Amino acid sequence: MKISVEYIAKLARLAVSGEEGEIFGSQLNSILTYMEKLNELDTKDIEPTSHVLSLNNVMRDDVLKKSISGEDALINAPDHTDKFYRVPKIIE
Amino acid sequence: MKYEAVIGIEVHAQMLTDTKIFCGCSTKFGSEPNTQTCPVCIGMPGVLPVLNRKALEFAIRTGLATGCKISSHSRFARKNYFYPDLPKGYQISQYELPICEHGCIEIVVDGEIRKVGITRIHMEEDAGKNIHEGDGNYSFVDLNRAGVPLMEIVSEPDIRSPREAAEYMKKLRTMLRYLGVCDGNMEQGSLRCDANVSIRPVGQKEYGIRAEVKNINSFKFVEKALEYEIKRQIKVVEEGGKIIQETRLWDSNRGVTEAMRGKEEAHDYRYFPEPDLVPMVVEQKLIDEIRATLPELPDAKRERFVSDYGLPEYDADLLVAEKTTAEWFEEAIKSGGQPKTVSNWMMGELTRLLNEENKTMEGCLLKPAQLAEMLKLIDKGTISGKIAKTVFEEMYKTGKDADAIVKEKGLVQVSDEGTIEKAVDEVIAKNPKEVERFKAGDEKLLGFFVGQVMKLTKGKANPQIVNELLKKKL
Repeated sequence: MKISVEYIAKLARLAVSGEEGEIFGSQLNSILTYMEKLNELDTKDIEPTSHVLSLNNVMRDDVLKKSISGEDALINAPDHTDKFYRVPKIIE
Repeated sequence: MKYEAVIGIEVHAQMLTDTKIFCGCSTKFGSEPNTQTCPVCIGMPGVLPVLNRKALEFAIRTGLATGCKISSHSRFARKNYFYPDLPKGYQISQYELPICEHGCIEIVVDGEIRKVGITRIHMEEDAGKNIHEGDGNYSFVDLNRAGVPLMEIVSEPDIRSPREAAEYMKKLRTMLRYLGVCDGNMEQGSLRCDANVSIRPVGQKEYGIRAEVKNINSFKFVEKALEYEIKRQIKVVEEGGKIIQETRLWDSNRGVTEAMRGKEEAHDYRYFPEPDLVPMVVEQKLIDEIRATLPELPDAKRERFVSDYGLPEYDADLLVAEKTTAEWFEEAIKSGGQPKTVSNWMMGELTRLLNEENKTMEGCLLKPAQLAEMLKLIDKGTISGKIAKTVFEEMYKTGKDADAIVKEKGLVQVSDEGTIEKAVDEVIAKNPKEVERFKAGDEKLLGFFVGQVMKLTKGKANPQIVNELLKKKL
């Protein structure tokens, strides 16, 4: 499997220079090659799993909990008004 | 060439839980911006989402009511994309192993039953809300809605006309409201509809290229938006063009669909199983428990109204459209009302009064037993059918009993022949010309005399006696 660093960088909104692209590309490909080793295993009789824990049905009741204040919610945002997160204009 | 449309509908329904799908924040609509959030729903590092049990139950409930197979194993997945209303950079949704699959909803169009397949129903979290008004260089984000539980209900491409699409939406909304899983309010966004539309020459088996129409935010527009889009596609094809697969937005002000502007990026959501949430295993016991709590659904209710109460299909259809209306009707019957009479009053006067105030049955002061009592007064001859309308309106407005209103306003019907005779004599004496014409054969004038007598007695005279006396005297 060959990976396109350019495409992945675009999806992740990362600016990757040509030089970096080559380094990451070969690193990612060696990871993938390593992972491909797993395909050598015979998994015919093994049930697929989507989670490492052998847990299921962890749920909560529909009970209200206190939210944080508007002020606290916005405090870490790079930009905000007194009530809203503020972001560059979204072209619709 | 003749074309037919192929339509599939995706509905996003907000589930009526008190709290969000993965945290305890409130789902209340219309609060101050960014006051109903917490580290989980705004995607702070290190938090752990935990599924709201009720959301799972509501999804199963909806699946059972639409004849779906409930998955014994189900799981959440991350759908990755960037948008300012999506705090985590991914939406927790379902991809493989959705909670419900392979159901069906029946609709009736032009007296014909049509089956619309349900491909799947899955759970997911809503995104926040972007606001673009105001400052020209910025958009504003409110995350109160982020994490509110949604069901996405995806239909098969079984719908063939805008009418069918509208009927499907109506039916689905009615069912969701009966089930108590969604309030069905399209204007407030708790029920949203996207449609996949394509056309093909009649007789062709393969589907054409489809466009997705978004932003249909009112029931009124389901039909209009689809009619426009189908016409547009036929025109493109007839002019030798090609339909392209794209997302189009319905603009209700101009009545058109338009290709979404901005660069059309290839969506690559890179779904993968959500590692923060453990899988769901649904035992048969839970399914049985939920099934046992399903209400009688609109189709069954309509059939029962026709067979048990002898109502015409038309009446039954209108009465079952809302659960509260149907329950009101049955209460009135239990209190002694005659089914067709109750239905007439509900579809006539009651609907008129509610519409005048833009109200629904939920806000109705009048109790069903009160209507039944009023109908008894008509049967006993205490009030005339005409006066009953006045009494009814007063009952509706004040919530008072018919008895009290009749006494208070002195509306008891006059059946005393002596009193009515006096009025009849007076009317005859006052209208010699009309009397002459009536005697000369103009029998339509009887209505005029009845009207005059009623006017004189302030509508209280027993109309039967008025008629008899007039005929005798003229």
